[in-house]
Amino acid sequence: MKPPPFGYHAPASLGEALDALAAAPGGKVLAGGQSLIPLLNMRLAAPSDLVDINRVAELDTLHVRDDGVRVGALARHARVERSAAAAAVQPLLGQALRHVAHPVIRNRGTVVGSLAHADPAAEMPAVLAVLGGTVEAASARGRRTIPAADFFLGPLESALDPGELAVAAFFPAAPPRTGTAFAETARRHGDYALSGVAAVVSLDEDLRVGDARAGYLGIAGTPLVLDLTEAAGHHGDWAAAAAHVRERIDPEPDIHAGAAYRRHLTGVLTERALNAAAADALRKAED
Amino acid sequence: MGTRVFGEPVKRREDGRLLTGRGRFLDDLGRDALAAAFARSPHAHARIADIDVSEALDVDGLVAIYTWEDLPGRVGEPLPLLIPHPALTHGRTGYPLARDVVRHVGEPVAMVVARDRYLAEDAAERIRVEYEPLPAVVGIETASRAEHLVHDDVPGNVGAVLVQENGDAPAAIEAAPHVLEFSLSIERSASMPLEGRGVYARWDADDGSLRVYSSTQASTSVRAAIAARLGLPNGKVEVVAPDVGGGFGVKIVHPWPEEVLVPWAARLLDREIKWTEDRREHFVAAAHERGQLQDVRVGFDDEGRVLGLDVRIRHDHGAYTPYGIIIPIVTSTQLLGPYRIGAYRAEVVSLYTNTLIVTPYRGAGRPQGVFCMERTMDRIARHLGRDRADVRAANFIQPDEFPYDQGLTFQDGRPLIYDSGDYPELLRKARELIGWDGFGAERSAAAARGRRLGIGLGVYVEGTGVGPYEGGHVEIDTAGRVHVSTGLTSQGQSHETVFAQIAAAELGVPIGDVQVTTGDTRRFGYAVGTFASRAAVMSGNAIALACRKVRDKALRIAGEALEADPRDLDITDGVVHVRGDMSASVPLRTVAVLSNPLRYAFDEEAAAATQFAVGRPATEPPVASGDEPGLEGRDYYSPVRSTFAAGAHAAIVEVDPDTAEIAILRYAVVHDCGRLINPMVVEGQIHGGVAQGVGGALYERMVYDESGQLLNASFMDFLMPYATEIPRIETDHLETPSPLNPLGIKGAGEAGVIPVSAVIASAVEDAEGVRVDAMPLSPDALYTLRERAAQDPSLRVPEGARIV
Amino acid sequence: MEESFEVALTVNGTHRTARVPARRLLSDLLRHDLGLTGTHVGCEHGVCGCCTVLLDGEPVRSCLMFAVTAAGHEVTTVEGLAAEDGTPSPVQRAFRDCHGLQCGFCTPGFLCTVTALLRETPHPTEDQVLEGISGNLCRCTGYQNIVKSVHRAADLLSEES
Repeated sequence: MKPPPFGYHAPASLGEALDALAAAPGGKVLAGGQSLIPLLNMRLAAPSDLVDINRVAELDTLHVRDDGVRVGALARHARVERSAAAAAVQPLLGQALRHVAHPVIRNRGTVVGSLAHADPAAEMPAVLAVLGGTVEAASARGRRTIPAADFFLGPLESALDPGELAVAAFFPAAPPRTGTAFAETARRHGDYALSGVAAVVSLDEDLRVGDARAGYLGIAGTPLVLDLTEAAGHHGDWAAAAAHVRERIDPEPDIHAGAAYRRHLTGVLTERALNAAAADALRKAED
Repeated sequence: MGTRVFGEPVKRREDGRLLTGRGRFLDDLGRDALAAAFARSPHAHARIADIDVSEALDVDGLVAIYTWEDLPGRVGEPLPLLIPHPALTHGRTGYPLARDVVRHVGEPVAMVVARDRYLAEDAAERIRVEYEPLPAVVGIETASRAEHLVHDDVPGNVGAVLVQENGDAPAAIEAAPHVLEFSLSIERSASMPLEGRGVYARWDADDGSLRVYSSTQASTSVRAAIAARLGLPNGKVEVVAPDVGGGFGVKIVHPWPEEVLVPWAARLLDREIKWTEDRREHFVAAAHERGQLQDVRVGFDDEGRVLGLDVRIRHDHGAYTPYGIIIPIVTSTQLLGPYRIGAYRAEVVSLYTNTLIVTPYRGAGRPQGVFCMERTMDRIARHLGRDRADVRAANFIQPDEFPYDQGLTFQDGRPLIYDSGDYPELLRKARELIGWDGFGAERSAAAARGRRLGIGLGVYVEGTGVGPYEGGHVEIDTAGRVHVSTGLTSQGQSHETVFAQIAAAELGVPIGDVQVTTGDTRRFGYAVGTFASRAAVMSGNAIALACRKVRDKALRIAGEALEADPRDLDITDGVVHVRGDMSASVPLRTVAVLSNPLRYAFDEEAAAATQFAVGRPATEPPVASGDEPGLEGRDYYSPVRSTFAAGAHAAIVEVDPDTAEIAILRYAVVHDCGRLINPMVVEGQIHGGVAQGVGGALYERMVYDESGQLLNASFMDFLMPYATEIPRIETDHLETPSPLNPLGIKGAGEAGVIPVSAVIASAVEDAEGVRVDAMPLSPDALYTLRERAAQDPSLRVPEGARIV
Repeated sequence: MEESFEVALTVNGTHRTARVPARRLLSDLLRHDLGLTGTHVGCEHGVCGCCTVLLDGEPVRSCLMFAVTAAGHEVTTVEGLAAEDGTPSPVQRAFRDCHGLQCGFCTPGFLCTVTALLRETPHPTEDQVLEGISGNLCRCTGYQNIVKSVHRAADLLSEES
């Protein structure tokens, strides 16, 4: 289990990185490497070139603003997870990051790398999707902002073009009277989830459910976002929302769980996460 | 006597190096060696039409590529069948490199030698093998149907049919007041040590000798195998097991293809070569275990006493049988556990499949047998509406019935006779530790809060310390250091500590003066190996016997020096003295000098020894007939038969009514391995075993698809438990010494793992009220079970029968 | 011929250099190029944790990092945990006291992980200990004595400070 040979580039600036990517159309970006290097070691991937962005200091950023959290391409999971400022603006980040693999992996893995990897079983794509966040992509040709809804195209397939680098991701702040929760079930602590839910519930001024939505991981080829406001009703019938979700989804079986169980489990987690998010929203509304 | 060491929780002597990065595991050796890698079959069953290595030849750093065609004489012959048995009528083994046909994914097809492992893998990847796929036989049912054959000349895919019988079980069942019939299944798992296998060979062309390091559980046998294959005398081959990063059974198989090929190529190329197995290889090219289907028929009386038990077991042994049918033998005998069964019949059909070989993994067939028997006990209890513990108690062999003859033949070919034990006391302690009697109230209280709890129980007997022998050698040098060696290898069980404890206690020396060497043929040439919980029993007793020889000799020589009767002498802290009188004394280091008539005064000790008038009359030879120079002794321990340890485990589980997740809230172990040498070490062994048992009960399985691809050949998908999956383990001990060996000890290495699946099945069944017949039990499996039981009441445990 | 790169980094306080191809894993650099074989390799896909080392003080998987990426950084391996005079660290002592290792293969990864854990959380709760070591596999101990060792190490550290 040793990686195959590749051309190696270690740019010191974003410009150099984009040039290197432009010159190597078959190249891959190496950030944390926690998903890419296992694939290389197993020789399941053999890119012609690796552009190692670990020396591009300008990508090692975490900006917390009133309207949301902008995470640079080199910000490690652990840094975002520990940021009290980020948690204050968008608590779902920290709630979900605690479920990403194990602490040691989070020390190295990056949030943006996880998004670019576009693993439908991963937590961060579901979080970006349910929050309606964006990915900022740059290439030698210029920059563009890609909404989450357009970013995830399929399992391990993102909207990034060859030569394009995801330089940051933006997670919008939670509106007032909004609660969040994250729930997942994995076989072992830290494993990819059999199913997982990132839930966001917003209350209106009368403290009725104004908006309820959930982002799912592990049950479709891309992160799935469902608007459950109508299914749950103004009074938050989360069991009804769960029943609705069970009807809407069509999970695939794999070696760890069958489709029927995944469907059932997703309903259970939906109810739990929405419940918790609603309670959180109520607390915030009362503060 | 000096400080007591036998029976004490002495801190480990191996830890110093292991905690500082100074351990020496296989891949830590041979920094300048060439690296080997293998091209392995991607097919479960295929004919090899052609092998084309031309593309690989361009790889920078390539040294050699070998296929079966290149292997001369005995090197290319099929690997040996280690343990033949009359029931194994169709034993088959593979070639070191595949010849014509591959029979499982991962079978080695070509060996590459290159400057480093990266380059060796580059070359291996470029070898083009043209395969003509053949139908793959995967799974026990498919193998039984035998629409396709794994080996053309093995009809029905049946390698062995083994029958173990005592009395007329079918007749006893017919005549019994109650009869139950059911089927059980246990999936495959694997030893999965964190260090894989590995071989490193150095050929010395100057004296025509070979030194091989292997991460093995049987270095002496690896030596014999290599010597035979390479046409070398044993004396020209040395095999050393360095620090071994866990084995748990898988490293007992020998010789592995790589253990033949790497030394052969090292000699051929006259270069050092090392092969370090990677994790992917370990999944598909080492060995698995477990994997059985069991059909049970049992007849019993109103008290739950078993009058007749008839079991048909189908065992999947994979593509080849290099290790014979040890697992079926163990399952079919150890199934009886602590019980006196009216009449018993077991028939094991051992089947070929196009999957990796199946050889012992900690427990070695016992977990399957115990699962069968303990599920049976629970069934009986539920059927009669009796307490599960009481039904077991009704069947126990009683303490006054030892030695107890089960009337079968055990894995060592000897009668299955239990030497000692106290099963009622084990059960009593286990009930007390887990709080069995008060659990009904606890469950009801939890249920009132919407929580679903269950309790389970399992009792087992484990034959340990199988023969034929192990040896020990002990030498005290003129600095007073005690050098102990045994040929048996270590894999993390603290042998350097416990063997030193035995030697220190026997000799009366400080434990700090004792150095232990294991698994090195340069130090000890005759050994069997580390398996079957035999190390402490076999090598421990051999070392004790060797120490007694040395002690006798030391007392004799000291008696001459002190002009005292050796019977009046004792040894304390390394000093021989007249009992009760420390003034008349001589240190062992001086005795060591005196033991050798050649007295070059290389050190002060030798010079000092001249004060003692030890010497033989001028009319006699300096070394008496029958005596030897030096203060050393060698002895062997060879028991008439195995000794039988036992234990009772109990657990409380909680199942999530919604997600079907299973959590073990408490796990209790009561264990009896006779006298304890080091309770800290025994406890550690039990902890590790239980964790592996939890893995087998809830997490681990080998997922093959129909074409024979192993779908979860990584630590991502083969779910070995982390710390977060293992409950706190509560332990208690019972000591019924073995009457069979001088130290009164029984083995402990496998104990923890054996009943865990049975215990968890019992507890989950208790919590859920649905029958649990198959392990491991995932949330998905439990969910499916619930759904099926909702439709089919026969899958439910009868209401009212769920008393503890 | 594959291109090679000069890698200079600090390992256990000492400046080290090696010339390696870009694909050389940090674990292999440490073990085979620098001869620091205390860092073990158990899976090479980042799950077992045996190869965990400290990179600028933070535990990382050395099998999931290329040596070239580690250039310029500070790496601490199990060989660097003891004091300069060879006195074992409190974590090392605790593992011995509590029988927190058997075969010793996974141990270096645990020691590095726990060293960092206790630096950040000097008085961990049971759950924090479990979470802290949750990415390291051990096949021998059933984790019981490893958990004990972590608590013991925390006690030793607070006694010393």
